[in-house]
Amino acid sequence: MKTKLAFAAALLAASMLGGVANAKTLVYCSEGSPEGFDPGLYTAGTTFDASSRTVYNRLVEFKHGSTEIEPGLAESWTISDDGKEYTFKLRQGVKFQTTDFFTPTRDFNADDVVFSFERQLKSDNPWNKYVAGASWEYSAGMGFPDLIKSVEKVDDHTVKFVLNRPEAPFLADLGMDFASILSKEYADKLAADGKMEQMNQMPLGTGPFTFVAYQQDAVIRYKANADYWNGKPKIDDLVFAITTDASVRRQKLEAGECQIYPYPNAADVEALKKNPDLNVEEQAGLNVAYLAYNTLVAPFDKAEVRKALNMAINKKAIVDAVFEGQAQVAKNPIPPTMWSYDDSIKDDAYDPDAAKKMLADAGVKDLKMKIWAMPVSRPYMLNARRAAELMQADLAKVGVTAEIVTYEWAEYLKRSSDKDRDGAVILGWTGDNGDPDNFLDTLLGCNAVGGNNRAQWCNKEFDDLVKKAKQTSDQAERTKLYQQAQVIFKKEAPWDTIDHSTVFMPMSKKVTGYTQDPLGIHRFDNVDIAE
Amino acid sequence: MLKFFLGRVLVLVPTFIGVSIIAFSFIRLLPGDPVMLMSGERVMSPERHAQIMHELGMDRPMVMQYLSYIGGILRGDFGTSVVTKQPILHQFFTLFPATLELSLCAIIFAIVLGIPAGVFAAIKRGSFFDQSVMGAALVGYSMPIFWWGLLLIILFSGILRWTPVSGRIDLLYFFPPVTGFMLIDSLLSGQKGAFASAASHLILPTIVLGTIPLAVIARQTRSAMLEVLSEDYVRTARAKGLSPFRVVGIHALRNAMIPVITTIGLQVGVMLAGAILTESIFSWPGIGKWMVDSVFKRDYPVIQGGLLLIAGIIMLVNLLVDLAYGLVNPRIRH
Repeated sequence: MKTKLAFAAALLAASMLGGVANAKTLVYCSEGSPEGFDPGLYTAGTTFDASSRTVYNRLVEFKHGSTEIEPGLAESWTISDDGKEYTFKLRQGVKFQTTDFFTPTRDFNADDVVFSFERQLKSDNPWNKYVAGASWEYSAGMGFPDLIKSVEKVDDHTVKFVLNRPEAPFLADLGMDFASILSKEYADKLAADGKMEQMNQMPLGTGPFTFVAYQQDAVIRYKANADYWNGKPKIDDLVFAITTDASVRRQKLEAGECQIYPYPNAADVEALKKNPDLNVEEQAGLNVAYLAYNTLVAPFDKAEVRKALNMAINKKAIVDAVFEGQAQVAKNPIPPTMWSYDDSIKDDAYDPDAAKKMLADAGVKDLKMKIWAMPVSRPYMLNARRAAELMQADLAKVGVTAEIVTYEWAEYLKRSSDKDRDGAVILGWTGDNGDPDNFLDTLLGCNAVGGNNRAQWCNKEFDDLVKKAKQTSDQAERTKLYQQAQVIFKKEAPWDTIDHSTVFMPMSKKVTGYTQDPLGIHRFDNVDIAE
Repeated sequence: MLKFFLGRVLVLVPTFIGVSIIAFSFIRLLPGDPVMLMSGERVMSPERHAQIMHELGMDRPMVMQYLSYIGGILRGDFGTSVVTKQPILHQFFTLFPATLELSLCAIIFAIVLGIPAGVFAAIKRGSFFDQSVMGAALVGYSMPIFWWGLLLIILFSGILRWTPVSGRIDLLYFFPPVTGFMLIDSLLSGQKGAFASAASHLILPTIVLGTIPLAVIARQTRSAMLEVLSEDYVRTARAKGLSPFRVVGIHALRNAMIPVITTIGLQVGVMLAGAILTESIFSWPGIGKWMVDSVFKRDYPVIQGGLLLIAGIIMLVNLLVDLAYGLVNPRIRH
């Protein structure tokens, strides 16, 4: 009886599959639930994949598979000579999605752009606090409230941003998820109906996919936006099957319950590559892991001591042990996929004997230090504890006694920023917008001391270069400045740069057209799936 | 009986207050707060941190926060999630049916297999059957849920392809939830094959979540049965010439059930704890998974509200168990 039933069920399922065969569905086993669907409110990539990269567009977009920007909802733009005025010509005839819950009556225009930014910038905007505790974290993190003086509608298809100071990375910032463009018409309707919080639950934008439904913690469904200004996606339906455990994601892919998934376990990658039905795409991640000395505390205030310690640590061994080789040893503070990366720089080679001598020459004897190991696994550092243990053993060989300490994650982040912190911190960074400024000034600039600058390192020469680059719009000129900055960084060694990890994306061989994005976002607008 | 009932209910009030204090204060004793975690590696200035904490009302003295929290609960307002910005009660009732459905299946699975196994093991004491059942129960009880779940997935879904890997129903089926119970909703949807799909998705999580209760119930039934079978009245019943079925099934089992019912009641707490892991492995959208995510994000309102609601359910079940004793054993209600 049982087998009969199972057979009947299988038959039914098969016939139903047959019935929908002309609808191409891609199932993506996503790694977690989105926090909400208004990308302005959040900072997590999981949320962005489900909202900004499917439903929304921005004025400028990152080209598929690169950190270069290309026109998005803005067709073209001009920057004033003083670098403070950005004028965008908007694309015409762009339609907002029509859904069960809203039917737009007009095309995208300048009002939508002004609305999307003002709600984040102006505390008196009715949408500024439309959900409890809305803090517009990313916009604040990128300094938008201080940077942007005004967002003005020049005419229906022209918008002007006036800045308080020239800022070259601004254009790249506009490609970021929090800068997604929402529909003002939809917002007005929700406000009139007293249902503003729906903006965070039922999103509506101009992007490649239209939101259909979200079953909390289980499934998100989208359908292709037939009116998409950049051409209708090749798949008809996109489904996110939320699967938090990486081992289960692998099982689901192998069983055909999904066709693509992110963040495989490092230990699974080899086996996935051997599976003839699967492709595993890989790309160098836009990230760096580092060991930041506290350069305000002796003897770590001396560059030669820091360099000696760097030479004592075998980074290759760390990459092999922690990443099973699936990462590359870092020599610069920015990843190799980023423009202005200076490949001519020579790393301080692993050489314990030379390190020992350098320490002796610097008058350092019987050094005792602390190494801070993060309590969590991050893409740039899967196991900080293990890395710290290897460093500890390496340092012991040159006569340095290292003690490993750790704190709970939020506490770790807070305490590691302290100027008088005792010890060297393992931490890292994943790029926000593909601009070198986002690493070099954000993590190593003088104004980040006591904050993101965990080395508490303020070098005037370096800082002048990155500040100058920030105010220069010419990319060739900026590249030169950043390359000079990287030379100073290597000479001064405020960090031991540990690794840039590799990002893997396993998928069924039926999936074509998927490009990995260095920014760590997952986009499906170019993807097709074979029958 | 009424006095017995009222007495039990009155005890719930101080228990509930105690639980609310614990739920409220424990999560705040953990280092870190939701605002700090929101910004990740990017450092938030202390001023900004203070401002957002103020907006969330988290800078007030703990006692004040607690009182306004309790005030809200009395008005039926459990607060809003810091992360999703959604009302907690709404989220709880969206997710709870999934947990309840899974837990009910697991407990039924445990009872249906556990009680007969325990009874037979007791009757055939010392036999090969007894020893293998008790051995298996010990293994089942000691098996880490996470490992057990993954093992079953790899075998039955990965290698044999008999069961789906995870989720509640095949993604092919798409209908709005009516009751929140997938088995019922799939029938109501009228879509062919939906019920079979929902049922097949329940098999592995039910086994995984039901394993520990199954082991406990089987062992408890066996030992209770052994005790009862050595009682004088059982010997008398046998001496009267009653059939072995009547002796064991009617006379002995009914009395042996009292400690077993207690055990089953206590398993509800164990199951909700087990649901946390089971739901995480099987991507089962229930309250266990919801709570785990919230702890990682320090979503205080969700954790304290969720704990309180779960504690309320456990208390309610215990009350029902107490009342059930009364039905099984008349001595208790007098």
